Amino acid sequence: MTEINGDEPVLHVHDLRYAYPDGREALNGVTMHVNHGEKVALVGPNGAGKSTLMLHFNGILKGNAGQVRVDGMDLVKENLGVIRAKVGLVFQNPDDQLFSTTVFEDVAFGPLHMGFSSEEVHHRVHDALEKVGIGDFAPRMPHHLSVGERKRVAMATVLAMGPSILVLDEPTAGLDPRGRRSLINLLRSLDATMLVSTHDMPLVGELFERMIVLDGGQVVADGPTAEIMANPELLEAHGLEAP
Amino acid sequence: MHIHVLDQYRHADSPVHRLDPRVKLVSALFFILACALTPDGAWPAFVALALLWLAVTLMADVSLTLLLRRGLIALPFMLAAVTVLFTIAGAPLLTIPLPFSDHTLVITDNGVIRFFTIMLKSWLSVLMALLLSATTTFPDILRALRGIGVPNVLVGVIGFMYRYMFVLGDEVLRLMRAREARMAWGPPGQKHGGTVIWRARIVGGMVGSLFVRSLDRSDRVYNAMVSRGYTGEIVWPDKPALHFPDIAWAGGFAVVLITIELWARLL
Amino acid sequence: MLFSQFHIPFAAPEAMHIPDGFLSAPVAIAMWVITAAFVVLAVRRASREFDERMVPLMGVLAAFIFAAQAFNFPVAGGTSGHFLGGALAAILLGPWAGLLIMTAVIALQALIFQDGGLLAMGANIFVMGIVTVWIGYFVYQAMARFNRYAAAFIAGWLSVFVAAVMASFLLALSGTASLGVVLAAMATVHAFIGVGEGLITAGAVALVAAALPEMYGRQVSGRKTDRGTFIAGGVILALAVGVMAVFFASPSPDGLERVAEDKGFLGAAQGPLYELAPDYVVPGVTNETLAAVLAVILGTLLLFAVGYGIARALRRRSRRLAETPVVVTDSP
Repeated sequence: MTEINGDEPVLHVHDLRYAYPDGREALNGVTMHVNHGEKVALVGPNGAGKSTLMLHFNGILKGNAGQVRVDGMDLVKENLGVIRAKVGLVFQNPDDQLFSTTVFEDVAFGPLHMGFSSEEVHHRVHDALEKVGIGDFAPRMPHHLSVGERKRVAMATVLAMGPSILVLDEPTAGLDPRGRRSLINLLRSLDATMLVSTHDMPLVGELFERMIVLDGGQVVADGPTAEIMANPELLEAHGLEAP
Repeated sequence: MHIHVLDQYRHADSPVHRLDPRVKLVSALFFILACALTPDGAWPAFVALALLWLAVTLMADVSLTLLLRRGLIALPFMLAAVTVLFTIAGAPLLTIPLPFSDHTLVITDNGVIRFFTIMLKSWLSVLMALLLSATTTFPDILRALRGIGVPNVLVGVIGFMYRYMFVLGDEVLRLMRAREARMAWGPPGQKHGGTVIWRARIVGGMVGSLFVRSLDRSDRVYNAMVSRGYTGEIVWPDKPALHFPDIAWAGGFAVVLITIELWARLL
Repeated sequence: MLFSQFHIPFAAPEAMHIPDGFLSAPVAIAMWVITAAFVVLAVRRASREFDERMVPLMGVLAAFIFAAQAFNFPVAGGTSGHFLGGALAAILLGPWAGLLIMTAVIALQALIFQDGGLLAMGANIFVMGIVTVWIGYFVYQAMARFNRYAAAFIAGWLSVFVAAVMASFLLALSGTASLGVVLAAMATVHAFIGVGEGLITAGAVALVAAALPEMYGRQVSGRKTDRGTFIAGGVILALAVGVMAVFFASPSPDGLERVAEDKGFLGAAQGPLYELAPDYVVPGVTNETLAAVLAVILGTLLLFAVGYGIARALRRRSRRLAETPVVVTDSP
């Protein structure tokens, strides 16, 4: 389900800057990349700019300066449609992500807007729900599901679009220990490139070989998880704790 | 104040549940229209309509007592119709002297007929609307609305409202609980609870903050839609074709209703 | 804390949701035609104003109005104040968006909770989604420059009151209620309910103005009123007057006290019904129903005038106190 354009990283961000309309700086020259097949954690204190950065990956926000490339494509208007299919962005609150009256309609939303035939849409919805382990949920209504189930449906909504990379915002937030465990197992089982923002340091240690630390709108560390976790001064300086 | 139990849909695998939602919605609307068109005092016609409702309800395998109990929801409105007992011209049936005055209230035969006609029409209409929502999921009702020509945009708005009324309803619950948790009484004899205006202002503030949060929410929802390819036009799944049983049902139901209405006028 | 797991007292100002059976077929269908025309126009207008954000925005805000209707506050004697929301929606988002939002709310209440009928839905949308919205909008626009909170209060109060009057007329026109009695009862009850509506509307406007100063803070009136909105307001006014005119011109023999009076039989019965609400009768007008209606119209105009005067006076006072230009009262 991934296309590889030579050695291009699937996600390439260079010196990205963004200020809110009120002038507050959110991103202060972010440079980072994610390669195909990698699972990368994005950590940092609240207000570091993680969510803002993620909104740039499919053009919901447009930086004031710098560059974002997805699978070698520039983030320009003509490419937006394709890029939005390639970057599967899952928002933190599944109640924002799931806006339809049934699970089927929600998972079908992406494929329908990509213009697939009715048959292909059904096929994709079915596959995506199977992948997240809730194959029989199609006719159910989101408000009848538990938070953990809603998070799974939220992931299915982007998996159905066949993305090159999954970008997840705080996937374990708000889950009880059992829900969290089952979500971690799901993340492990998914064979997809991933960038996951989280405060859940044990999760980072358990699942991700590489981590990026963002603070004050800049990348302050980027490397093997084991190395960064072994540097308590660095973690503490950016409001983090080793697990 | 009524107690509203959310989600009246009762799942079952019945011929009525399996009907196309468009057919169910239109049938229910025609039934209610037929009730409205039935002349005053055409009791046999009302009995026929009630039997038609009963037949469909029994076929639908939903609890009769549940529907009958919920069917009383429009009862308080009866108060508005009580006045016709006295104000419609007709032969006096009963004269009620009013205490402390020399006036009397006169109940007329036509008044009584009109009153019970209104009550029957209302009751049968509510029962049919209840049967519709007990056998049709709300997403299916939305599909039916689209199917009978309600603008897509409006159906979209109603769908989003249905989805988010549960989410915002939870927020309201939290706010009200927080308010209750702080509604303490002071020492005995001390006035508590503040003035009505003060209480209303608190609620106004809650409504205002719920509005602000709802605006934020709609922004995030919009972002989630955009990131999945939305560009301003909601693309809907294809409408399924109407099958023969659906068409046969719609036709049969319409014929029965028209027959009842014609009969009611010949009575 | 799942909403769906509890039985929530989701209360609505109940007398306003007309159930099926209480409107005659011609009245119900005529109201559906009128309402449908307004809704189609509103869809077009709101789509233009809010473009691709329209569906999520209107949908979430309709859910907001629905949820806000669950708020109540104790008034006195076991009764509680409630919220309908049409005026607030119109003040914050304009009349066309307000109409769409209220349409969604009313449709959903009828389809899920049987709160209001399906055939009667056209009339219910007209009363609670068109009349309330335009009254709320224009009253606020006219008065906000004097005092925003007084304007919001009066907009909320008047919207509920006039809607109740309108609902009474539709019932009477259908021959399912006697106008004099229903009008007196509905007008009295909603004069009280309207106070809750007005207070909540004002409180909500105050909070929103403070929380979103860039959208609602400094501006006195949220938006410019265009010609279409004025014309629509005129049409609604004409329709309301038309409904009353049809009522009085109607030769229909039922439900109309006038006919009963002609037959000379109601004489005895009539007195006490109107004595229930002597305030609503204008002296010197022989037809008592007409008198009741005139009284309500006059009363409404009078209250509007009083409210306008109070708002102006408040402005003058605060201007003298603060010596600041037009907008002075951002503090609650």
